[in-house]
Amino acid sequence: MALSHEFQALTKSFSGVRVANAPFIIGFPDLHFGGFGVDEKSMISVLGKWHKDDIKSYRKESPHFVQDDRLFEKWLDLHVAFLKREFLRLKNAVVLWTMHPWERDARLIKEALIDGPQAYGVIIEVACTRSSEELLGARRAYHSLFDHSIEEDVAYHINDSHRKLLVGLVSSYRHERPKVHEEIVKSEAKILFAAIKNADKKNPIEDEEVVRIVTTRGKPHLKAIFKHYKEINEDLHDDESILAKTMQCLCTPQTYFSKVLDASLRQGADENTKEALTRVIVTRADEEDMKEIKEEYHKQHGVSLSKKIDDVVNGNFKDFLLALIARGD
Amino acid sequence: MATLLAPEDFSPGEDAMALKKAFKGWGTDEKTIIWILGHRNADQRKQIRLAYQEIYLEDLIKKLKYELSGDFERAVCHWILDPVEREAVLAYEAIIKNYRSDYRVILETALTKSAEELLTVKRTYQFLYKRSLEEDVASHTAGDMRKFLVAVVSVYRYEGEEIEEEVAHSEANILGDEIQGGGGGALKGAEEIIRILSTRSRAQLLATFNYYKQIHGTSITKSLDGDPADEFSEALRAAIQCIKNPKRYLQKVVRNSINRVGTEEDALSRVIVTRAEKDLKEMKDVYLEKTGRSLDDAVASETTGDYKAFLLTLLGNQDYF
Repeated sequence: MALSHEFQALTKSFSGVRVANAPFIIGFPDLHFGGFGVDEKSMISVLGKWHKDDIKSYRKESPHFVQDDRLFEKWLDLHVAFLKREFLRLKNAVVLWTMHPWERDARLIKEALIDGPQAYGVIIEVACTRSSEELLGARRAYHSLFDHSIEEDVAYHINDSHRKLLVGLVSSYRHERPKVHEEIVKSEAKILFAAIKNADKKNPIEDEEVVRIVTTRGKPHLKAIFKHYKEINEDLHDDESILAKTMQCLCTPQTYFSKVLDASLRQGADENTKEALTRVIVTRADEEDMKEIKEEYHKQHGVSLSKKIDDVVNGNFKDFLLALIARGD
Repeated sequence: MATLLAPEDFSPGEDAMALKKAFKGWGTDEKTIIWILGHRNADQRKQIRLAYQEIYLEDLIKKLKYELSGDFERAVCHWILDPVEREAVLAYEAIIKNYRSDYRVILETALTKSAEELLTVKRTYQFLYKRSLEEDVASHTAGDMRKFLVAVVSVYRYEGEEIEEEVAHSEANILGDEIQGGGGGALKGAEEIIRILSTRSRAQLLATFNYYKQIHGTSITKSLDGDPADEFSEALRAAIQCIKNPKRYLQKVVRNSINRVGTEEDALSRVIVTRAEKDLKEMKDVYLEKTGRSLDDAVASETTGDYKAFLLTLLGNQDYF
C-alpha cells in the first residue's frame, strides 16, 4: 500500500512542485512545474517497490495525469516533455563541462543566435566575460565548427538596434594593460553618462561613441570608467538595460553572474533563464571568479549558493553542480 | 618574388662597425648605409641591430633617425624594422601622426594579410603602444569611416573556400541597392556594405562581386567610382580592390603615388619597403604592363638623391654603386 508521503516524494522527484507563482498552463490550473533535474534515488526507491495498484492510485491522484474519455489515466504530454528536459539537464551539463572551453563558447553563441533576442544576453556574456585570448579561441573554434566567422553570423542574424554593439563585442581583441589614462577615463565616463541620461530620446547602444568606448577599450580602462561613473552618478547595478548588462559583464562580472544565477533559481523562471544555471556554473567553475561569484551571491542574497542549489535542484544534476562549485575550495 | 638582393654570407659585427663609421665625423656616409642595409634581409637586419646595440650600447634606429632626414630617413627607418613590427608602426603613424587618419594604410594593413597575420600585427601593436589597434582607429575616426575601418581591422575572417550561392546572390542585390539606390551617385546607406565587406570570407565576397557584375552589368568598383572627394566611397573601392587582388591593388598604389602631382613619397616608400622581400618583382611586371615603362625608370625620374638610391637598391638595382 503506497503511503501519501511516498506520493509526495515521487511528485517532487519528478521536479513537480505546487507553488503559488509557477508558470500557469492554460487548462490545467493545478499544474505547476518548477525545480531542476530529477531525483533519481527517490524515483528508484519508490517506483522500484510499488505494486501495479500503487502506481494506478498514483496516476489517479497525480496532477501529472489526466483522465481520458476511454477510461484510462494518461500522462500529460506537456509533463512528459517537461520531464524529458529535466532528465537531460545532467547530460547537458556533463557534455558542456567536458567540452573544450573554446568549443563551449562557440556553441553557446551559435545557440543564442538561433534562440533570438531573448538570448542576446548570452552573446554579451560570452563576449564580455572572457579574456581576449579566450574569446579569440572561441572565434577559432567557431570557424571550425560552423564554417563561418562569429562576426558574420552575428551581423547577419541580428538586424535591430543591437547589431552594432553585439558585432563590436564579439569582434573585440582588447588590450589588457593595467595602466589607464585618467583624462580619457573622465571624458569617456562623461560621454556614457550623457548617453544614458538621454536614453529616452536615443537608445544609448545606437550612440557611436558609446559603442566605440564599450567595444574597443580595454577592461582596466572600462573598470576605471565604471568606478568614475559611480562617483559622478548612481551606479549601473540596478539598470536592466543592455548597456548596463554589458558594462557589468565587462567590469563586475561576479555581480552579473550572481544576478543571473539568482534569477535562474527563482520559482517560476522560464527555460531561458533556468538554462543559465548550467551555463554559468559549468563555464566559471574552473575560473578564478567562481569564488568571487559565490561570495557576491552570499552577500546579495544572504544564503550560500550551495545551500540554494541544494534546496531547489534535484538528484544527480544537483550533485554535479555542487561538486563543480566546490572545486578549488 | 622578392627584388631584394642580399648576400648569404655576412657578418653582423662588421656591418655594425661599418655603419658606425658611416655616422662618424662631418655629415653621414649615406652610400655605405644604403649599400649595407639595402642588401640585407629581415633576419640579417635584426642581427645587425643586435650587434650594434651590443657593441656600441646604442639603438641603431635612434641613431639613424638622428643622422638621416626626410623621405630617405623614413624609408630606411621603416626598412630596418622587423616586418611585423613595421606593419604596426606604419599603422600607428597613419592613425596618430596625420591630422586625419590615412585610411589607405589601415586598409592595406588589414586586407593584404591572412587572419593570423593580422592578429600578429595587432598583438605587436598592443605590445608597442599599450593600446589596441582597434581603440586607436576608433578614437581617431568618425562616422561611417570609423565603423568601416574598425570593423575591417577587428574581424577574424573565416578563410575556407566554401561559398553559399544564395547568400552571395542576395548580398549582391543588397549591395546594389545601397550603392545605387541613393540617387545622384550618393550611397543610400552604409550599414549593409560595411557588414558584408567586413565580415564575409574572401571566397564568399569574390562570389558576391561576381554576382554583382552579372546582375547590374557593371563591376562593383565601377559603381562606386564617383567623386574622389567622397572619402568613404573611395575607401570602399580601395577595400574591394584590395580584397579582389592585393598585389594588383598595391601596384596601383605605387602607380598613383608616382602619377600624382609631386610624388607621394610615403605611399611609394611604404609599398616598396613592405614588398621588397615578398613580391615586388611581380608588381614591377604589372607596372610595366600597365604603363609601358619600368618601375625603376619611373622611380629614377621622379625621385632624387639618397632616397632615390635607396629605393632603387631595394628594387634590385646594382647600377648605382
